[in-house]
Amino acid sequence: MRTTVLIAIAAVFAVAVPVTCAASSINAAGATFPGPIYQKWFEEYHSAHPDVQVNYQAIGSGGGIAQLTAGTVDFGASDMPMKDEQIAKITKFHVLHFPTVLGGVVPTYNIEGVKGELKFTPETLAGIYLGKITKWSDAALKKDNPGVKFPDADITVVHRSDGSGTTFVWSDYLSKVSPEWKGKVGSGTSINWPVGLGAKNNEGVAGQVKQTPNSIGYVELIYAVKNNMAYGSVKNHAGAFVKASLDTVTAAAAGAAKEMPADFRVSITDAPGKNAYPISTFTWMLIPDKIPDATKRTEIVDFLKWMLTTGQKDAAGLDYAPLPAPVVAKEQKQLALIK
Amino acid sequence: MATMAPSVPVRARTSFRNVRGGDQIAYLITFLFAASILLVTVLLIFELWVKSKLAIHQFGFSFLWTSTWDPVEGQFGALPFIYGTIVTSILGLLISVPLGVGAAIYLSELAPPRVSNALTFLVELLAAVPSVVFGLLAIFALVPAMRLYVQPALIRAFGWSPFFKGPAYGVGVLTASMVLAIMMFPYIISISREALMQVPREQREAALALGATRWEATWDAVVPFARLGIVGSVFLSLARALGETMAVTMVIGNDPRIASSILAPGYTIAAVIANEFSEATSDIHQSALVALGLVLFMITIILNGLGQLLLVLTAKPGTAK
Amino acid sequence: MTLRRLWRKAVNDVMLTMTGICAVLTASALFFILGYLIWNGSTSLDWNFFTKLPLSPGESGGGMANAIVGSAKIVFLGALIGVPVGFVAGVFLSEFSGKTLANTIRFTADLLNGVPSIVIGILAWALIVVPTRHFSAWAGGFALSLMVIPVTLRATEQFLGQVPLSLREGALALGASKWKSVATVVVPAARTGIMTGIILGVARISGETAPLLFTALNNQYWSKGFNEPTASLPVMIYNRAISAFDDFHRQAWAAGLVLLALVLVANIAARMVLAKGAAAHRG
Repeated sequence: MRTTVLIAIAAVFAVAVPVTCAASSINAAGATFPGPIYQKWFEEYHSAHPDVQVNYQAIGSGGGIAQLTAGTVDFGASDMPMKDEQIAKITKFHVLHFPTVLGGVVPTYNIEGVKGELKFTPETLAGIYLGKITKWSDAALKKDNPGVKFPDADITVVHRSDGSGTTFVWSDYLSKVSPEWKGKVGSGTSINWPVGLGAKNNEGVAGQVKQTPNSIGYVELIYAVKNNMAYGSVKNHAGAFVKASLDTVTAAAAGAAKEMPADFRVSITDAPGKNAYPISTFTWMLIPDKIPDATKRTEIVDFLKWMLTTGQKDAAGLDYAPLPAPVVAKEQKQLALIK
Repeated sequence: MATMAPSVPVRARTSFRNVRGGDQIAYLITFLFAASILLVTVLLIFELWVKSKLAIHQFGFSFLWTSTWDPVEGQFGALPFIYGTIVTSILGLLISVPLGVGAAIYLSELAPPRVSNALTFLVELLAAVPSVVFGLLAIFALVPAMRLYVQPALIRAFGWSPFFKGPAYGVGVLTASMVLAIMMFPYIISISREALMQVPREQREAALALGATRWEATWDAVVPFARLGIVGSVFLSLARALGETMAVTMVIGNDPRIASSILAPGYTIAAVIANEFSEATSDIHQSALVALGLVLFMITIILNGLGQLLLVLTAKPGTAK
Repeated sequence: MTLRRLWRKAVNDVMLTMTGICAVLTASALFFILGYLIWNGSTSLDWNFFTKLPLSPGESGGGMANAIVGSAKIVFLGALIGVPVGFVAGVFLSEFSGKTLANTIRFTADLLNGVPSIVIGILAWALIVVPTRHFSAWAGGFALSLMVIPVTLRATEQFLGQVPLSLREGALALGASKWKSVATVVVPAARTGIMTGIILGVARISGETAPLLFTALNNQYWSKGFNEPTASLPVMIYNRAISAFDDFHRQAWAAGLVLLALVLVANIAARMVLAKGAAAHRG
């Protein structure tokens, strides 16, 4: 009996203690919005550089910011640029924002009997999420979608229950297009939702909408595509109904590409331009400008260099838009700031 | 060492001064281990207190009855979560107590011993099922059933009352209560059964001798005797249900709103801490969550204490009140 | 028979049947759960599940190998810290301490037992994750150890208390000191009961999710050593269950089945040993 126990203990230690590779682990946490492409990047980079392992936990942009502030991760990721107060809170280093890709937040829905693509206007989206439009058979929805047979059912609204950059982008857009939303709710990673069910992560929202008839939720484009879920087009600033795609998201970033601020914190929701998708966003990796561990620093900087060049090629395959060239050039200069 | 009269075998308790040499060291070592339990519990209370001070300082007691939960504005109130926690647990009790006490009565009074032991074994195994597994089953088996059959039926039958209003989401307060009820079964059944089995045989036999039916003997003579134990089991199950996290957050809808309808989504203290703790970006948000944890901690301590007290009282023979 | 007697007999029969139904219903809940898990999970259990790492959303063929090992590591740590503390404290309560101290410690352990697991997670986070500035298996193990201490304490105290006086006095009469008699005679006499109590406690913590959410967090890869975020079965089940991908749901079922199977086997084995021991005691 005693020998068995000792052998068992030895076995566990043997598995646990690093034996073969001296691979260092870089810990990161943050947004679920770019989750799929970050996963792909880290896997690809690991195959090319077996001694670098990035453990990315998609716990939401709020989590990324919180854990970076607490110092429990090496870098964070967020769809919401950090606010001045949040940056000031971190005394150990200054946070550098590195945009990684562009993506779009789409209204995805699951409505009985409705198979095709729906058109949404800022008014209908704000109305639904404010709880003022409560049924799918509402006149406003019918007006924008003539010919669609809506059921006379209640709308089940789904939103995020965790601190989310996707929420920030959605609420930032609604704040820009609906004064009522701006006054009543505002924008942020965690907000006081007037109505709806809360689900965890982009995946949770997609899952909830997929399983609940007559529901609507907001997710990053890839989550709707990968789950074969219907998503609608949104009326943009120029008045055209635009569906999220590589081109329309890139079009939204056109203005920002030319006039990117030095710290890369910019919002591109409700962008001008006929072909621009109005709920688009950059997403950022939040990198400390002082990384004491020399190995980690080199590895992170090398990864970022790879991400800005080779990595960008993966974006289109997962329905994210690659960064515009002027932005990439500016970021490469920012790399030098990491000491 | 003290020597005892042989007719009352009480074990000697060694006090520190009476032991010698090696025993002293043994005493010290074992004492240290035991004291570490005290230390860690004190640490727990201390940490909860310190980390929630910010929120308590800012909101005061009104934290307990404010119903806004607005991270953007920095306004936090515990009421929706206290409400959700209490309502789901009480609803769960309403479902599980009749079933559980009924089962306990059957198992202790009416079933043949082999059957009783086998069924009790099965029920007690239910207590070993992890919360997340309950949640998994709830999401894929219970929620669709609620959404497609149970909730629409309830709305058709009782939709005129404010308690059954609203669309059939599938998830919601009622669904969470049902999951909690299933999780409470083993505790209610096992403890009530023990309490019932401790009732002296004479009670039942006296009632039967007076011409009572088996049911009357059980319900009127035996059960009242075990009343304290049964109530104790209720308190203990309630304390457990209040702290349930995973199964609840998977089916309650995670909406910090106080609605009168039990078909509406809700939120509990444990669920909101699980969802928002690692993402609370502002100090006040995090402090509010810890304050919620402190509230939950205090409620469960009181309930557990009451439950244990009641069980201790039943253990004393001859207490019929 | 008079009407009243007929009524009483009817009530008797109805109520007896109802209580029987209650018992069958509640006992069958376990079968239902097990059945559903086996139905959905057994088809998803393949070799991949036990050997591969989790893949990106949408890609099929991944597994939970790291979560299985991770759970083993975290539970091992929890038991490593918690079982000795609970056991030795139980020895103290049963053999050495005075009455008031024993009552205080017992009360505190019961208090600790009643603390919601999410609050234990907050404590472990505050004590370990924050000062060390990373998530780790240690933090998760510490949280779980706090949950296994009260169970071990109670089992130790209970079974040590059942050791007959004659055994103890025999040892002392042969000249053994107190601690020697406890270590060599009393504890071994109670060891079966204590072991089963420990097994039950460890089985319970292996299914806990809430305390691991912000202590051990999660990991896409193998975690090296005990100082890194570590994947665990319960957390993976949670993540996969709430997602939208069917393949992830499949994996959640498989993991749920594995976890439940482990917990149930441990429980059944422990209880059977206990029952045998209790029968031998009485017989």
